[in-house]
Amino acid sequence: MDLENFSSKLLQEAVDEFAKLPGIGKKTALRLVLHLLNRDQEEVNQFGNTIIKLRNEIQRCRSCHVISDGELCPICADNNRDHSTVCVVENSRDVMAIESTHQYPGIYHVLGGIISPMDGMGPGDLNIQSLEEKVEAGQVNEIILALSTTMEGDTTNFFLYKKFRNHPVRITTLARGVAIGDDLEYADELTLGKSIQNRTLFENTLSSQ
Amino acid sequence: MLLKSLFLTHFKNYRQAEMEFSRKVNCLVGPNGVGKTNVLDAIYYLSMCKSYLNAVDQQNIHYDEEFAVLQGRFERLSKKESIYCSIHRSKKKQIKRNKKDYQKLSEHIGLLPVVMISPVDSVLISGGSEERRKYMDRVISQYDKDYLDKLIRYNRALTQRNRLLKEFARSGYFDTDSIDIWDEQMIQLAATIHQKRRSFTDELIPVFQRYYHTISGARENVGLAYRSQLHEDDFRKLLTQAIEKDRVLQHTTVGTHKDDLELTIDGHPIKKAGSQGQQKTFLVALKLAQFEFIQKVKKIPPILLLDDIFDKFDHQRVDQIIQLVSDQHFGQIFLTDTSEQRVKELLVDRQTDYRLFRVSTGGQVEQANN
Ligand SMILES: [Zn+2]
Repeated sequence: MDLENFSSKLLQEAVDEFAKLPGIGKKTALRLVLHLLNRDQEEVNQFGNTIIKLRNEIQRCRSCHVISDGELCPICADNNRDHSTVCVVENSRDVMAIESTHQYPGIYHVLGGIISPMDGMGPGDLNIQSLEEKVEAGQVNEIILALSTTMEGDTTNFFLYKKFRNHPVRITTLARGVAIGDDLEYADELTLGKSIQNRTLFENTLSSQ
Repeated sequence: MLLKSLFLTHFKNYRQAEMEFSRKVNCLVGPNGVGKTNVLDAIYYLSMCKSYLNAVDQQNIHYDEEFAVLQGRFERLSKKESIYCSIHRSKKKQIKRNKKDYQKLSEHIGLLPVVMISPVDSVLISGGSEERRKYMDRVISQYDKDYLDKLIRYNRALTQRNRLLKEFARSGYFDTDSIDIWDEQMIQLAATIHQKRRSFTDELIPVFQRYYHTISGARENVGLAYRSQLHEDDFRKLLTQAIEKDRVLQHTTVGTHKDDLELTIDGHPIKKAGSQGQQKTFLVALKLAQFEFIQKVKKIPPILLLDDIFDKFDHQRVDQIIQLVSDQHFGQIFLTDTSEQRVKELLVDRQTDYRLFRVSTGGQVEQANN
């Protein structure tokens, strides 16, 4: 759609911004912008301010790296949770997916990605050092590797296994109820909940892979 | 298993075509270039989620259209299967089985087995080793999902490892730990790939030789041998030995991605030592052996697609082939030929149920008998 001929440059700029969002084309962007223009000024101000505030004030939990409002996320701050069991995931979305199963009493560790040379991601780009520190401080009894079952997820799991296998820590992985290649995000809550409860020792999965 | 009807929209040169098929033999006749082969390719597509002839999906869409749709009504183990496939210029292709989407295309492969025999098969003899690996992969994937899954993962790990080697060369920094984790994945996956390729070829060879001798009536000795670096040594050891070379060349020089099939006649490479007729017989025998193999594993006869195979064969070999495939254990057959007369003569005394379709310019299809 050609908006160059539109009477308003402001309109055009707003449409361009919306069209940068994933899954939003120019047509949808125009519809959204026109919709906002029909709303009360106050309502639109709030919409804008919410996003600005979100971007400016959001933090990463200093312990587990999940997206958080404060320095420490509510999960890490919760003394009723089992702090000796750490579930390693790729991103904050995975934390939300596992939390929604209500089956997991431990804490998390967000890697911030997985190893993939094609995407320029190496072990050094991931939050591995802080996990190492936790393990070396003797705070951790069990590490649950809950990365996606893609080639890159498996490889990252293996990297972490190699790194921690000589530490006095149990290394487990989700039971493969989740179909191969599925990301955690797409696994349904029931399957995901079960696969956390029925986790297996990582080394047992190595030869049968 | 059989295909009862096919409906094409904007597929290659067909704007729209609908065909109802015979349970046994279906012949598409017409001059060269009218699109007879495209009907066979559409059937292949509905089975394998890709064209046999054209790797670029978008090129299978009619040149002035945005999308193509293929629909087939199949009957498999007495159950109706309705397969829908759409190819878009700007969207991912979609395959549906009985109106239900597949999560992954690989789930569909193997449900409706097919075997295509086509003039382009000659690349198996004339082409590089990747053509022969592709051949093994296509066949084994049709009956073994675990193989397909591991093959996809192996190729992914290989790509990542090669990328890492390039990155090392660029940065001048080498890190054994980073390479090791990919090696480890590849070693496990290659073990399965190697073992499954070996057992496939072991079983295929005697069947292939039997078909060759039936068609040719001659006594020459034909051979088919699976070659792999992994026959010689442990893959882990090969990777360790090759690492310096890999670093210099910036890609992985050992593994099952270097496997090959050796095709011979009387002990010599068929590419050099075989006549044109021998080479063609070799390929047909290979495909018929593949047919028998898939049928044995899947317990259903694949659909057989014969593209222009009577061309360049003498009358006696054509007769042998037709006799072979009209046999009970072959199921539904689709064939193309330029001569309606030849096809009629071949089929008329055999008491085989058949349908004849005349294809003309612009993708017009007309059913010519009953
Ligand atoms: Zn936290």
